[in-house]
Amino acid sequence: MTVADADEAAPVSGTGPVLSLGAVEKRFPDGTRALDPVDLDVAAGEFVSVVGPSGCGKTTLLRIAAGLAEPSAGAVAARADRLGYVFQDPTLLPWRSVRTNVELFGELRGVPRAERRKRADAALELVGLTDFAGHRPRALSGGMRMRVSLARSLSLRPELFLLDEPFGSLDEITRERLDDDLLRLFAAERFAAVFVTHSVLEAVYLSTRVVVMSPRPGRICGEFTVPFGYPRGEGLRYDPELNRIAAEVSACMRAAAQ
Amino acid sequence: MNVRPLLRRLPAVLVAGAAVGVWYLISMVVLAEDRRFLFPPPHDVVREGFLDGDNRAELLDALLLSAQVASLGLLISAAGAIAMAILMSQARWLERSLFPYFVVLQVTPILALVPLFGFWWGYGFSTRVLVCVIIAFFPILTSTLFGIRSADASYHDLFRLQNAGRLTRLWKLQLPAALPHIFTGLRIAAGMSVVGAIVGDFFFRQGQPGIGVLIDLYQSRLQSEQLLAAVLLSSLLGVLVFWFFGWLARIVVGGWHESADEPGVKG
Repeated sequence: MTVADADEAAPVSGTGPVLSLGAVEKRFPDGTRALDPVDLDVAAGEFVSVVGPSGCGKTTLLRIAAGLAEPSAGAVAARADRLGYVFQDPTLLPWRSVRTNVELFGELRGVPRAERRKRADAALELVGLTDFAGHRPRALSGGMRMRVSLARSLSLRPELFLLDEPFGSLDEITRERLDDDLLRLFAAERFAAVFVTHSVLEAVYLSTRVVVMSPRPGRICGEFTVPFGYPRGEGLRYDPELNRIAAEVSACMRAAAQ
Repeated sequence: MNVRPLLRRLPAVLVAGAAVGVWYLISMVVLAEDRRFLFPPPHDVVREGFLDGDNRAELLDALLLSAQVASLGLLISAAGAIAMAILMSQARWLERSLFPYFVVLQVTPILALVPLFGFWWGYGFSTRVLVCVIIAFFPILTSTLFGIRSADASYHDLFRLQNAGRLTRLWKLQLPAALPHIFTGLRIAAGMSVVGAIVGDFFFRQGQPGIGVLIDLYQSRLQSEQLLAAVLLSSLLGVLVFWFFGWLARIVVGGWHESADEPGVKG
């Protein structure tokens, strides 16, 4: 069962990018340039990773795409009504159960109770947490909390899914498992995804396209297409071709840091 | 039966036993017999204060009155302070214009105000309650305000992603997040409200006596057994309200917030 079964809403109609950033800039009030003009288009079915050193404006870029921050200049066009967003922290409400946490987005959007419960349960099944629906977040491990956070966005059946270093604070084994979960979900749902990370290997492993950002003020200084299809499996992580691309991406990042 | 909760209380019980021992030591050994009236031994306090029917009735009536004054004051204070904190969190200008004066009210010694209130409104029940309202208001106001602001910016972002307005955020995010802090404030305020009811009593000599009036009276009559009994009862009242709010906090937020865990106990 996928979340799609619970919601037959039409996918994004028409063609063209789901998210389109045109010459987006960000300057903070104190004059710091966080982002130099950035152009980025993401189409449905594309998984774009943004890699770059800490403080290069990756998160700012994502917040602008989500409408959480205003660009100082440039244009943002998101043709997605249903927007998924995963923060660096799971940001679960500790007083709610896992299930009602997953229901939150639907609740805020006025989805009727029975309907959003159905979607939440479907999303929890996708991330393998059905048995924990009644628990409070504090009873869960860090990796499980992140899965709940993923399920919360998935329950919307997002057309655009923005992820801000979601697995950065997890141990490597948990992180790899969640990467594989995310790949599985992407293969099933084919939303448009923007994934911010500072791990080059993770970016290449997950994405159809990797975008490299320079140190602050951030701008896009390299783009790489990853030619593997989906579903992708564990074995791909050690594929020589994938590692060759990762090496190129790393070299590009290092060159930008000079 | 599980003995672990009992074992956990054992140290506190031992301390209580030791305190009674020290008490006996002082009244029976340290004090000469002609000065023993200053600090009579525990069994005399129990006999005079609690076993004598008339004395007990007098003490318990007074205690009940003080408890009523303190709880009504706390209730009014809690309603007012929480409402005020919510308003202040929604309108900065309100906080900027009023908060300094709540600070002034808080730092003005309540003892300086009581005669004034009595002068204006007499020394009846409602004036006694007013003293408790004033003394309990500030801790609830500040802890609620702090609690409402305690929700992290990323949580506000989470709500804003789905276009939730400020009232939705207040109701579904900020107030639940504030609950543990509100309980902390209530716990402090409850203790202060009891103190307010008893201290205020020293000025309220007319009408039905509260426990503070009795303390004053026993002291002037050198009835030290009853005086000590009254002191014990008033601290018992304080402990009771403190314990009550701890219990309430465990019921309401214990499932998700660690502040409601018992001190010194993990998990």
